[in-house]
Amino acid sequence: MSESPAIAVRGLTKRFGPRTVVDHVDLTVMPGRICGFLGPNGSGKTTTLRMICGLLIPDAGEGEVLGLDLSTKRRAIKHQIGYMTQKFGLFSDLSIAENLEFIARVYRLDRRRERVAETLEKLGLTSRADQLAGKLSGGWKQRLALAAAVMHEPKILLLDEPTAGVDPQARREFWDQIHALAAEGMTVLVSTHYMDEAERCHEIAYIAYGVMLARGTIGEVIAASGLSALQGEGPGADRLAAVIEQQPGVAMAAPFGTSLHVCGLDPAALRAAVQPWADRIRFTPAEPSLEDVFIHLMRGATDNSVEAR
Amino acid sequence: MWERIGAMIFKEVRQMARDPSTIAMMFFFPIIQLVIFGYAINNDPRHLPMVVEANDNSAFSRSIVSALRTTGYFDITEVAGSYGEADRLIAEGKAQFALTIPTDFARRLVRGERPQLLLTADATDPASTGPAVAAVNEAVAQALARDLVGPLAGRQQGPPPIDLVLHRSYNPEGITSHNTVPGLLAIILSMTMVALTAMSVTRETEQGTMENLLATPLRPVEVMVGKIVPYFLLGFVQVCVVLGFAIVVFQVPFVGSLGLLLAVTLLFTLVSLALGFTISTLVESQVQSMMASMLYLMPSILLSGFAFPYRGMPVWAQWLAELLPPTHYIRLVRGIMLKGWEWPLVLPESGKLIVMLLVLGTIAVRRYRDTVA
Repeated sequence: MSESPAIAVRGLTKRFGPRTVVDHVDLTVMPGRICGFLGPNGSGKTTTLRMICGLLIPDAGEGEVLGLDLSTKRRAIKHQIGYMTQKFGLFSDLSIAENLEFIARVYRLDRRRERVAETLEKLGLTSRADQLAGKLSGGWKQRLALAAAVMHEPKILLLDEPTAGVDPQARREFWDQIHALAAEGMTVLVSTHYMDEAERCHEIAYIAYGVMLARGTIGEVIAASGLSALQGEGPGADRLAAVIEQQPGVAMAAPFGTSLHVCGLDPAALRAAVQPWADRIRFTPAEPSLEDVFIHLMRGATDNSVEAR
Repeated sequence: MWERIGAMIFKEVRQMARDPSTIAMMFFFPIIQLVIFGYAINNDPRHLPMVVEANDNSAFSRSIVSALRTTGYFDITEVAGSYGEADRLIAEGKAQFALTIPTDFARRLVRGERPQLLLTADATDPASTGPAVAAVNEAVAQALARDLVGPLAGRQQGPPPIDLVLHRSYNPEGITSHNTVPGLLAIILSMTMVALTAMSVTRETEQGTMENLLATPLRPVEVMVGKIVPYFLLGFVQVCVVLGFAIVVFQVPFVGSLGLLLAVTLLFTLVSLALGFTISTLVESQVQSMMASMLYLMPSILLSGFAFPYRGMPVWAQWLAELLPPTHYIRLVRGIMLKGWEWPLVLPESGKLIVMLLVLGTIAVRRYRDTVA
């Protein structure tokens, strides 16, 4: 299928003073896909998103968003993108309905009244339409922000850590919404720290210290890491993490409840490393998790940024 | 308990030290106030521009003019020859006093007739004319005391040999409110237009709503105009309130054209809004924009001629005042309301305001970006 990508950027670079916050990042997202954008704090996720939606001008690199050149068509891109900022960015002294009405005017939407009503209905905000945005709890604020970002039916939705500080039920509902939107053809690029959220994405991109370290589906990323893992069960298994991590051939060891999760690059070396404890702890082969992969990748990357963001 | 209070104090001091506005509070405000009150403000202004219309070129006239010069109160700038020249200079604000010496002054004085001298004062600012008027009386008496010698020495007794007629133009009763109330228009507009605009823009940045606005198709100029228009209307209501009070309650005379006053008010409001917007592009928080607005308002109140006579200030302070939009607007309001300035007379001060508007507007538009950081 020769579909052209919704987002295609190459060599995107942004410097703030001496620090290179985003360093030659390539990213391609096909239409209708949900791409999880992962990375530790201060890794350049927000900066990359801001460059894609035209809030920052890259120092180097090029790309197309919806086929529009990133450097010359910033305004046209803004019309077709929905951006949900990390910090709640709507007006706290306006009600939910008033905020949406404002956004509808800004995008010059036709049938304004109906559109606002539809959006309120779609995101379950109708009952609170007249509440001031500033008085809402985290989950409702997030819903309002999503409503404001999608009301103009953008082709691309950029979400910057949308579920930070939101309870699990609201998160679940939020992700159901995202999948529903993607099913309608919207392309979604969502940054997050949560591994369970990464697993809800069609594909992921992992960035650390401004450098793209891994891209692909979850299976691809895990396979490409070359890690293998062992699960240790037995008395006191969870307390051995620190000791086992020091063994040669062990990339990392972490307690999970009462069990121990160990992984390394060479399966044979990993087996050998845990051998001394094999008498009381039963080690069974396990699937390396996404978290293992990311922590492993992050340890390998060099920190060229002094502080977060 | 003391340790906990200590912890609070320590934290507070750390935060203060990190905030540039603390430095402004500690140094700039006291220094600016000290300099302005200590050096710039003078309630006994000297070197006031005076025109002398000497229609009688006698020794008496010359001696009166030279006595006036030595008081130090007057800079005798022009010696008008043609009739009406003096009135014109006062109307334009180029002279604050005009002394008219009638044609037959010396002859009548010698004859013992008690001739008249006409002192016309621009009394739009009564505070600044008062001490100078007293000095005129003194100077004239001294000059004559020297000159009335020989056969005329007898005139020194009895009633004063000449009749000094004082004509307070534009404000014959010397009512202070006629001067301050029009000036208040400038101060009130500055306070609201500059401070509110500056704060309303920085609020968007501070609360994170600016990022959202910029991600939409809104253009910077659209955000600016949209922000300015409501404050503009607010300013118009303020103008109506102040003018209404000025005319109904304070009974300030309004001799000029209301249309012209509204036109220059419009101009001044735009300058203030542009300044407020410029401030907002230079500061980072609402607190800082408050501080910056105060830093502008203080000299505006003290130096613009609103609270203290402009002519009483040293030259450097006058130059500073020239840079402040309210200085020019106050002159325009007083000129139009009290002196009845018409179209060509408002041009010089309006021109300066237009230049300021262009400069500030350019800075604001240039500094205001449609990207974050």
